[in-house]
Amino acid sequence: MSTTTAPSPRFGTRSGASTWIDVFLRVFRVVALLIIVLGLVRFGIDFVRGDTISGAELVRLITAGLAQGAMYGLIALGYSMVYGVLGFINFAHGEVFMAGAVTGFVVADATARAGMWESAFLLAILLVLVAAMATSILTAVVLERVAYRRLRGAPRLIPLITSIGASFFLQNLVLGLIGPASRSYPSAPAWLTQQRTLFGVAITGASLTVLVLAFVSMFILKRFVEGTKTGRAMRAVAEDKEIAALMGIDVDRTIRLVFVVGGAMAGVAAVAWGLLFRQVSYFVGFIPGIKAFTAAVVGGIGNLGGAMVGGLFLGTVESVGPLTILAPLGVPAPNQLRDVVAFSVLVLVLLFRPSGLFGELLGSENRA
Amino acid sequence: MRTYTRARRMAGVMLAASLLATACGGSTDGDGAGTETETEDTGGTEGGETEGGEAGALGQVVVPAGEAIQIRSLQAISGDVAFLGLPNQRGTELAIEDYGQIQGFDVELGTPLDDLCDSAGGQAAAQQIVADEQVVGVIGTSCSGAAVAAMPLISQAGMVMISPSNTSPSLTSDLAGTAGEDYQPGYYRTAHNDLFQGQAVAEFLFNDKGVTKAAAIHDGDPYTEGLARAFADAFEALGGEVTAFTAVNKGDTDMTGALTEAAQGEPGALFFPIFMPEAGFIVQQIADVEGLSDALLISADGTLTDNFTELPESVGVFHSGPNLAYGDNANELGTSADDFLARYEEAYGETPAAAFWAHSYDATALLLKAIDAVAEVDGDGNLVIDRQALRDELTATSGYQGIIGTINCDEFGDCGAQRISIVEHVEGETKAQELADNIVFEFEPAA
Repeated sequence: MSTTTAPSPRFGTRSGASTWIDVFLRVFRVVALLIIVLGLVRFGIDFVRGDTISGAELVRLITAGLAQGAMYGLIALGYSMVYGVLGFINFAHGEVFMAGAVTGFVVADATARAGMWESAFLLAILLVLVAAMATSILTAVVLERVAYRRLRGAPRLIPLITSIGASFFLQNLVLGLIGPASRSYPSAPAWLTQQRTLFGVAITGASLTVLVLAFVSMFILKRFVEGTKTGRAMRAVAEDKEIAALMGIDVDRTIRLVFVVGGAMAGVAAVAWGLLFRQVSYFVGFIPGIKAFTAAVVGGIGNLGGAMVGGLFLGTVESVGPLTILAPLGVPAPNQLRDVVAFSVLVLVLLFRPSGLFGELLGSENRA
Repeated sequence: MRTYTRARRMAGVMLAASLLATACGGSTDGDGAGTETETEDTGGTEGGETEGGEAGALGQVVVPAGEAIQIRSLQAISGDVAFLGLPNQRGTELAIEDYGQIQGFDVELGTPLDDLCDSAGGQAAAQQIVADEQVVGVIGTSCSGAAVAAMPLISQAGMVMISPSNTSPSLTSDLAGTAGEDYQPGYYRTAHNDLFQGQAVAEFLFNDKGVTKAAAIHDGDPYTEGLARAFADAFEALGGEVTAFTAVNKGDTDMTGALTEAAQGEPGALFFPIFMPEAGFIVQQIADVEGLSDALLISADGTLTDNFTELPESVGVFHSGPNLAYGDNANELGTSADDFLARYEEAYGETPAAAFWAHSYDATALLLKAIDAVAEVDGDGNLVIDRQALRDELTATSGYQGIIGTINCDEFGDCGAQRISIVEHVEGETKAQELADNIVFEFEPAA
């Protein structure tokens, strides 16, 4: 992308002559904030008077949003890592997740038919997890090798467009393999899905499992990236590929590893999906993929912790926002506007904190 | 601050792409979204020449001796909705075969056209149809959204169209004498009007189940919203209370928000006339939402698909839809449902995947009979069909025997038997086909 002729004005500063676009953005921010505050205040009043959802229902919305957000976060890690290292958005990452979810369904369905899903659930879910992660990793690695490696020196819009093409290809491949209808994972055993109370907070077993799965994966990933030699190599490649190569790091191998790790996280998200939402189809990766990318930007792209927190934040706002901000303002059927809420979060974060909630962590060559 | 411009630009690209995809991914189910279409003046397409006989206001079609009468099929025959449109098209093919010649003239269907289940497809196909002035009538469309866009052109050209599966009230009338906003003269249908389905669900819940408080959830599609609205109005008219009228977002997976909304006021029943996979998420997640655990669940015909009925949570759900128990009903051509299904399987090697084949067969037979009634052979041996007379003949249809029951047309083109049934999903059944016999409620409007 070419250098912009004038430095973009820093929002929020009053120095310099303001153009109409500054005025517009300032008004936009004030209006957006006013809407949010007004909605929340009215909700608060209704809540105290008992005219709206109950406290238990609010908690339920928050926990459901957190579980959904944990999935966004796990997928967002893949977007964030690839962006950190290669500087482009791997649009097909949502399909990497989808491939894992669909494979997980096939395995889960087979174990259910064999009676193993009921008799030995832990073993069955482990099989599903391994299969889903393996498929996601394989998909991500093949994508990198076939679609992206040759384009490494090309302008960044080119791998972006390629990844959109790869996304369509993968969707249609799976459509051809399993057909257009959505299929459902067998239901998890009652001991896993039953309502639990944790520190006084009621949460469904499936949501809790998903959250635990996400935090364990995140913890392992963090240790891997920060505590191992390979992880250090990944960070070095993200910082500067040429210097990293000069230091004896195998750049190709390290980049492949980034895709492996991103794929593995998508595979975990896929199994979480199978436990919580259960229904999968060839199209199941598209919307979560976009939301996950949004989460990565909200958290600060290139920032792993940011991606996870961004996902949790986005999922929660999307779940809670319609009934606590839009409904008190008299919007009919506010849950239809969940996507609007989610993408408004993106717009607002970019307006108020352009580098994301936790700041971007990008190497010198990916800034620009 | 160029560090973040790239990410933001990328964000813009992604956002635009996602909105685009959401817009395109819109409605591919049963009845597609319809947009208002300007009535275009197609000028000069008043069919046929006006030689011989006094022509009606819409002109005449003159079929020269030795040539065939032209009708067209316009159904959703590709993509996700092909399961709905293909059986409709085949019903038309079989009916033409059964009817045989009209006063010594063959009937030709031409190349089957595709309505794509949306307004763009309906309009494009209609343009193609009206370009041929010899066309007398159309059997279509599969989806209400396509009909909304196609009808202005077809009506303008003086042709008639009979739909086997459009159910939107906007295409005909509110059943109280007011034309729907998309009503066009020359439109008829053998499918039911959604208002009757809403009425049937309301009566079932209020009268049979003693439910006084109910909630409705749609998905924003004109079809699902129209049906949910029809139910809500009918339920309130009976004296019930609609505690929540809300919607889910197509493509969403977490239904907690919409269900929480629906749970306010503790309704005794939840009507959700939506499709898979959202309908599946509703039944899977409802147990986790307080206040709905005892609610009766009732959906529409869109959920009579195997991937919904295979869900363990779908046991106990009621499904409303056209009454498909045809019994010994036979069309005036002598074809009963059993005869039809046997011939269908023989000709196409499968059973029909959707429910409106009988409506399509009856619609076609009805059209051919009306053409037969108004057509006259002139002195040169040509067949003359007056377009206005054909419309009058169809509108006057009364007591026609079809597979779907007795067909009477009202002045706005609602000709269906309007028989609605509600089936229950009982334990142990997993295939949609198996549910069809568990009829717990039947509805027929008072004549």
